[in-house]
Amino acid sequence: MEQKHLKRVDLIFEWDEKNPPIQVLDETLQKTPDAIILEMIDSGLKGRGGAGFPTGLKWKFTRNEDSDIKYVICNADEGEPGTFKDREILDRVPEKIFTGMAICGYVIGAKEGYIYLRAEYNFLLKSLQQKLDKFNQQLKDRQIEFTIFLRSGSGAYVCGEESALFESMEGKRGEPRNKPPYPTVAGYNSKPTVINNVETLVYTCEICRMGADKFKALGTSDSRGSKVFSVSGDTTKPGIYELELGMPLKDFIDEFGDDDAKAVQVGGASGHCVPRKKFNDTIIGFEGIPTGGSMMIFNSSRSMYNVLHDYLEFFTEESCGQCTPCRVGCQQLLKGIEAVKKGERPPSYLEDLKKLTLTMKIAAKCGLGQSVANPFISIVDNFKEEIIY
Amino acid sequence: MSKYMVNLKINNIPISVEEGTTILDAAKRLNFHIPTLCNHPDLSVAGNCRVCVVEVKGARLLAASCATPVSEGMEVFTNSEKVRIARKHVVELLLSEHNADCTKCFKNGHCELQELASEYRYGDHIFIDLVPFKQKFLDISSPSITKDTSKCIRCQRCVRTCAELQAVSALAVVHKGSHQTISTFMDKPMNDVVCTNCGQCINRCPTGALYERNYIEDVWNAIYDPNKFVVVQTAPATRVAVGEDLGLEPGHRVTGKMVAALKKMGFNKILDTDFTADLTIMEEGTELLTRLKKALVDKDETVKLPMMTSCSPGWIKFQEHMFPDLLPNLSTCKSPQQMFGSLAKTYYADKINIKAENMVVVSIMPCTAKKFECNRPEMRDSGFKDVDYVLTTRELAMMIKQAGIEFDKLEDQHYDSILGESTGAAVIFGATGGVMEAALRTAYEIVTGSEVPFANLNIKPVRGMEGVKEASIKIKNAKPEWSFLEGVEMNVAVAHGLANAKKLMEAVSSGTANYHFIEIMGCPGGCIGGGGQPIPTSPEIRRKRAEAIYAEDMGMDIRKSHENPEVVEVYKDYLGHPCGHQSHELLHTHYVERKRY
Repeated sequence: MEQKHLKRVDLIFEWDEKNPPIQVLDETLQKTPDAIILEMIDSGLKGRGGAGFPTGLKWKFTRNEDSDIKYVICNADEGEPGTFKDREILDRVPEKIFTGMAICGYVIGAKEGYIYLRAEYNFLLKSLQQKLDKFNQQLKDRQIEFTIFLRSGSGAYVCGEESALFESMEGKRGEPRNKPPYPTVAGYNSKPTVINNVETLVYTCEICRMGADKFKALGTSDSRGSKVFSVSGDTTKPGIYELELGMPLKDFIDEFGDDDAKAVQVGGASGHCVPRKKFNDTIIGFEGIPTGGSMMIFNSSRSMYNVLHDYLEFFTEESCGQCTPCRVGCQQLLKGIEAVKKGERPPSYLEDLKKLTLTMKIAAKCGLGQSVANPFISIVDNFKEEIIY
Repeated sequence: MSKYMVNLKINNIPISVEEGTTILDAAKRLNFHIPTLCNHPDLSVAGNCRVCVVEVKGARLLAASCATPVSEGMEVFTNSEKVRIARKHVVELLLSEHNADCTKCFKNGHCELQELASEYRYGDHIFIDLVPFKQKFLDISSPSITKDTSKCIRCQRCVRTCAELQAVSALAVVHKGSHQTISTFMDKPMNDVVCTNCGQCINRCPTGALYERNYIEDVWNAIYDPNKFVVVQTAPATRVAVGEDLGLEPGHRVTGKMVAALKKMGFNKILDTDFTADLTIMEEGTELLTRLKKALVDKDETVKLPMMTSCSPGWIKFQEHMFPDLLPNLSTCKSPQQMFGSLAKTYYADKINIKAENMVVVSIMPCTAKKFECNRPEMRDSGFKDVDYVLTTRELAMMIKQAGIEFDKLEDQHYDSILGESTGAAVIFGATGGVMEAALRTAYEIVTGSEVPFANLNIKPVRGMEGVKEASIKIKNAKPEWSFLEGVEMNVAVAHGLANAKKLMEAVSSGTANYHFIEIMGCPGGCIGGGGQPIPTSPEIRRKRAEAIYAEDMGMDIRKSHENPEVVEVYKDYLGHPCGHQSHELLHTHYVERKRY
């Protein structure tokens, strides 16, 4: 398998004085929308929120929809436990986000863009709004018919799910919708909508700045480019790091962890737990284990039962509650591991619960319920003794 | 836009259906049964219970068949191993959250979850019982609707019913995750919120989370009490529906059998709300003509038009909450149930020489809002509670079963007299447009001396299941005393279901509607679709009940309210004339403004 080694990259936060975002915008708008789409597809950029949908295709599908009204939405509802990279991007280089949105608006034919900001990031609102006002004015000065607005969430994790986010923006209870239709056909206000993660939009801006070739020289064939990681847990170097995609987890641990690291939770609560014995074989990228950015390192002092219990408590709380597999499934998983721990149920009950998570994975309505199997199975399979005893 | 046909295979059998068809509907056409819970023919698609999941070849996820449209070349499996395991899990999960005290439950035997459990559950109970961890909440504040969240499976049918069909939204989803539940504004008791008591949520609740406050034991106690004289009245729509809970197909007319059953059960007199429906027409028709005269001739600006019917207590409470400015437009006539109650405990009690305090008036209604209505403080014109107990059609069926009566073997019997005779105009009160049609049959004839200009008296434009219906009748050859109406085009409108009523009220409020008379029924289809009617309900079932109502009308000897001989007799004996002094005392009422929260 194609493999890279850990390499720090500086694209996201780099500020090119000679070619600032607004200039990137000016240059990009000289190209045709189709040319921009081709460049995005060529770059291999996939969504950085975790799901990894090819960004160029998303733009293309939305562009192809016949509608007078379309929207660009920046998903800044960064709620995955252990993920805090969007917050930094929003704080330091919001102009790049705005530029990515404006380019997208030009490509798909949208006149309005929205940033849906996590409620807990409201402290960013004031500075974001100031910078946004400036940017909107710059668009106006250039007679670009595109305006970006800020919207604040209300604190529900599930609203990071794109269709729940639309419901929330429409003033309704944030519950995921049935799919199809997908957002490219019917998103916000049931109009064709591109919804991209904060980081994804910045990369679209960067690709326009440096060209697809330079971007795709980074990473592997399945995971082009670099990614911003939020490193936390038992590390001496917690923080935000932009790294090339496609490295083995071993490299990551060598850099950020130590010999005592027994597991890394890749991708937050809804991601996978990788035990030490698999560090060598685990590639961080779409061909291995993808992540929205969260990398949590656990050393030998940590109880993996407590880790799983925390995650399950989180999902039990943050499930929107509308679909049965997720609402009741999460409660059963939580009560289930408690019962096994207390000896009220036999260890074999964990197998019943694993089967339940497989049902949740294919029968829950949205990504929240579908992904609970990831932490559950990976923690139970790799740390069974800690769960039982 | 013409629809394309889409080719797919379900369980390896090819089928071609119109684009936009759901997998569920396509499977139905091939007679593959896929179980559902949150899906309902009257409501928007939710796709949240996940009972109806199916496997689509090549797809990572199972698809909720109720919410997934077919696509070209799709290969669907409705009973694959994955599907069966997932479905069993979903049923087990629902049961783990459900307070399954089935033998004590009002919905025992009529519960969709129970039915699914018997199909999919066997062997050990896999999951942990979550009920003890939940906050139990039984809300019995309302005289109409009991809400037991420990039975709720969060399918949100009630929420969609309340919002989509009734535009009330008294019920909503609150909290999230394990705390998610269905509740009211600020968790207030059902009796303290905008709930209209229409009971449409009950008709669509798959379990026993919502059911009527039942008064079966109170009524048996009254029947067994030797000191009580128990009079029962039956609403028009009950006679075309009660059979459904007793093994008959929808659309069966069982008027005579119902009367026979009530006699066997031990009620002292079996009388008919249809009689007071005819009386309502006399009062309401007269009130309308009087209002028209005051408005058109006397130019009295205090008189409000359009006049609106007042038979449906769910509608009345809706109006009190939502459009209090339009309360003066409501007819002051009591509903037929309450007219019956006040007449029974005054005129009728006198006539048969029974003391009013010893009389118990029981109503059999297709309605849960009537339970609230009979408890309104103003409904005591006889000096006592005019109507003591209201039973739904469903409760009646339950009592018939308890009494060990073989319903389908009963010989037809007639209502007792007096207050038992009725006309075709009264029975059509049970369907949307019926009150309007009955009123027009009488009012037109009062004004012109001749019958309404419609073949066989059937005023077709106000019939049918269209949400809002409009009609106009030009008055020709008015009698001299009604000459001010000569040539007037009477504009009327009819709406059923409160969401449709709301549309009409918004038009009236904004001044864009130009009607003289409006009929509103709170429930979809009118009383035949009432919140107290047998479950299930669907557009098809309501259509069959409505057909039965109109067949009943056609079969009646007298089809105009003013020709009901008992009505004529009661005016002669006791009331004087319509809208006269005695009528005002007993047959008319007033309304109160209510807050929205």
